[in-house]
Amino acid sequence: MRHIISMLIENESGALSRVSGLFSARGYNIHALTVAPTDDGSISRLTLVTSGNEQQVEQIVKHLNRLIDVIKVVDITEGDHIERELMMVKLRATGAMREEIKRLSDIFRGTIVDVTQQVYTVQLAGESQKLDAFIEAVDKGQIIEIVRSGAVGLMRGEKSLHL
Amino acid sequence: MELTGAQILVHFLEDEGVELVWGYPGGAALPIYDALDTDAKKLKHTLVRHEQAAVHAADGYARATGRPGVSMVTSGPGATNTVTGIATAYMDSIPLVVITGQVASNMIGLDAFQEIDTVGITRPIVKHNFLVKDVKDLTMTLKKAFYIATTGRPGPVVVDIPKDIQNAKADYQYPESVSLRSYEPITKGHTGQIKKAIDMMVSAKRPIIYTGGGVVLGGASEALTELARLLGYPVTNTLMGLGGYPAEDKQFVGMLGMHGTYEANLSMHNSDLIIAIGARFDDRVTGNLEKFCPDAQVVHVDIDPASISKNVVVDIPIVGPVKQVLEKMLSLLKKHKMTPDADALADWWKQIEDWRSTNCLRYEQIGHKIKPQTAMEAVWRITEGDAYVTSDVGQHQMFAAQYYKFNKPRRWINSGGLGTMGFGLPAAMGVQAAFPDATVVCVTGEGSIQMNIQELSTCLQYGLPIKVLCLNNGFLGMVRQWQEFFYDRRYSMSYMDSLPDFTKLVEAYGHVGIRIDDPETMQAQLEEAFSDKYKDRFVFIDVITDQQENVYPMIPAGAGMDEMILV
Repeated sequence: MRHIISMLIENESGALSRVSGLFSARGYNIHALTVAPTDDGSISRLTLVTSGNEQQVEQIVKHLNRLIDVIKVVDITEGDHIERELMMVKLRATGAMREEIKRLSDIFRGTIVDVTQQVYTVQLAGESQKLDAFIEAVDKGQIIEIVRSGAVGLMRGEKSLHL
Repeated sequence: MELTGAQILVHFLEDEGVELVWGYPGGAALPIYDALDTDAKKLKHTLVRHEQAAVHAADGYARATGRPGVSMVTSGPGATNTVTGIATAYMDSIPLVVITGQVASNMIGLDAFQEIDTVGITRPIVKHNFLVKDVKDLTMTLKKAFYIATTGRPGPVVVDIPKDIQNAKADYQYPESVSLRSYEPITKGHTGQIKKAIDMMVSAKRPIIYTGGGVVLGGASEALTELARLLGYPVTNTLMGLGGYPAEDKQFVGMLGMHGTYEANLSMHNSDLIIAIGARFDDRVTGNLEKFCPDAQVVHVDIDPASISKNVVVDIPIVGPVKQVLEKMLSLLKKHKMTPDADALADWWKQIEDWRSTNCLRYEQIGHKIKPQTAMEAVWRITEGDAYVTSDVGQHQMFAAQYYKFNKPRRWINSGGLGTMGFGLPAAMGVQAAFPDATVVCVTGEGSIQMNIQELSTCLQYGLPIKVLCLNNGFLGMVRQWQEFFYDRRYSMSYMDSLPDFTKLVEAYGHVGIRIDDPETMQAQLEEAFSDKYKDRFVFIDVITDQQENVYPMIPAGAGMDEMILV
C-alpha cells in the first residue's frame, strides 16, 4: 500500500543522505522524495512516498525516528489528508493537436505555461493519481518531456506537524 | 580560556572523565597528538599497531566497564581501517566515540592526500556522526557525541575534525549538560503496558524468560535475577546476554539459538509465553521464523522501539530502559502479591528437566587428540569462572559460550552481531587496561588470531598480561563444520597450511609461548600458564585440538528450534 511519510529534519548537510541511506540499507522503496526549508530556516520538511504493508511502514517510521537529524515523523496517509503534486509536461502541439491539448488541459484544470509554434508546456497540480490520469489521456507520441515534483501533503483540520 | 581545537579535544576528554584512549597518529591528526603531548594530564593513550585494533580495544574497554570507549586516528586509511571496528560496536550497541582527523576544510572534496569522506563511509554503521566545520562548535559537538553514544540504545559516534579546525583557536569551557531537540531517549516504560505484561506473566503455564545483551548493557542483571527468582521461571540467554543471569543458577537453561542447549531451545519452542528482555530475535536465535514458537505469546521489553515487532510480532511491547521496567514489574508483583500458577509451573519444570537430562553438551575425551571442550572447561575451572573472557569468531567462540559459565555480567566479551574475526586480542587489551589486575583470557583460533596478530607488539609495549587460549585445529573450524554438513565435505579453502609456530612467534615478541598437544599434560600445563609464575606476563597457549570436532547441538539454517542436531 502507498504511504506518504512527512518529516521535519535538521536543515544540515548530510540529513537527507541519512534518510535516503536508511531506505537503501534496509531495502525499503522510495517512489518519490521532496525536501525544502520551512519557515524556520533551521528545519527542513521532507516528504516521501513509499509502499509496504502495515508492519513494514511501522518499521520505516520507527527507524526514521531513530535518526538523530530527524525531529518528527508522521505517516499522513494514516488519516484524512491533503496531497498535491506538481507536474509540467512538454507536448508536441501542432495542427489539430493544439486544440486537443488545450481542451484536455482544461478538463484537468491545467494551465499552459509556455507556448511555441511546435510545443505546449502544460502545468498540472493535484493528487498523484490525477497526474497519472492526464499522462494516460495524452497520446504517448506527443510527450516530449515530463517533470514531477513528488507528492507533498499535510493532515486535514487541526492536526499538524510542527515542533 | 582560549585553546586550539586539538587542545580543546584533549581538555574535553579529561573533563568528560575519559582515562584511556587507543589510537594511531598520522598527518591529519598531528595537532591532536601534539596536544596529547603538551596538554594531557591524566589521559593515557595506547599506541596500537593497526587502527582496527584501536577501535576493538576501546570496544572491549566499554563492554567490560560500561563506560564509553574512545579511539583516535588520522584521516584516509586511518579512518577506513576503523570501519570494521565501528561496525562491530554498532551491531552490538556498544558506546564508542571515534575521533578521526580530516584534511583541512579548504582541501575537502579535492581528492587531497589521505582524504576520504569519513562521515559518508561510516554513516550506515554509526548511531550518529559529525564533521566539525567551525572550531566554535567543537566542544558542543564532542559533548553531543558522548551523550548520543551513551544514552538510549548505545552505539558508536564518529567525530571527524579537519586539520585546520584542530589548529584554529576558540574559547573552551566544559559544558555540564546538553540537549538535542531531535533526540530524547526514553527513560520510563509505560506503566499500563507493564501491568498488562505482568498479568500475562503470572497466568502463563509454560513461560520462559529470554534475555539478551540489553540486560548487560542496561545494568539490569540484578533486577532480572530477582524477578526470575520471584517468579521461578526458566531463563535463557542469547550469546550477547550471557552473564546477565548467573549461569550456574538452577533456573538457567543455557544459551539458546543455533548452538544453544536442547533444553533452552525446546523450552522456547514449547512455551506459551516468551518474556523477551533486551533481546532482538536475531536469526541465529529464532531459526526459521515460520516455525518459531507456534504457541507463544510475546512480551518484549526493549529500549529501542525499532527492535520491537521487527522479526517476531509482539503481543505486549514495552519500550523503556530494561532496568527501570524490570524494577517496576517487581514492585507491582510484590505490591499486588501476584504469584504464578504453581501446579502448571511444576509440570513445566518437570518437562524442562526431562529435556535437560539429555545432557546435550556432553562429549568424550578419548584417544590422543585434545577435545577443545576439555580445554575450555579446564580454563573455566582454573580461573574459577571469574575471568574476563574475550573471543574471536568461530567454533572456539561457541565452545567458550557453552563451557565457560558466566555468573556475572560484562565478563563475556565477543562480537555477536557482526561476527568479527580479529576482535578478541585487541578487545582483551582494552579489558586488561581497564582492570590491570584481573585475569583476562582471549579465546581464539589459529585463523582469527592472525587477523590482528600485530597487536602482540602493543601487548609488550604496555605490559598487558593477557592469556591467549588458541584452540588450534588447523582449520577454519566453523567453515569446515558447515562444509562437512552442507557441502559434501568439500573443504574449500578452510584448511590452514603453513601456520607459524605460535610459541616461537610470541617469544620473538618477548612473550611466553606454551604448546599443549597431549591430553595427559593439558591440565598441568594450563595450570602453569595461569599460575603466579606468569602473573605479569603475556602468555600464548597454543592448544592443538581434534580437527574433526564439531559444535553441537546445532539448528541447521532454515530449521525450527525443535529441529536440532544433537551429536
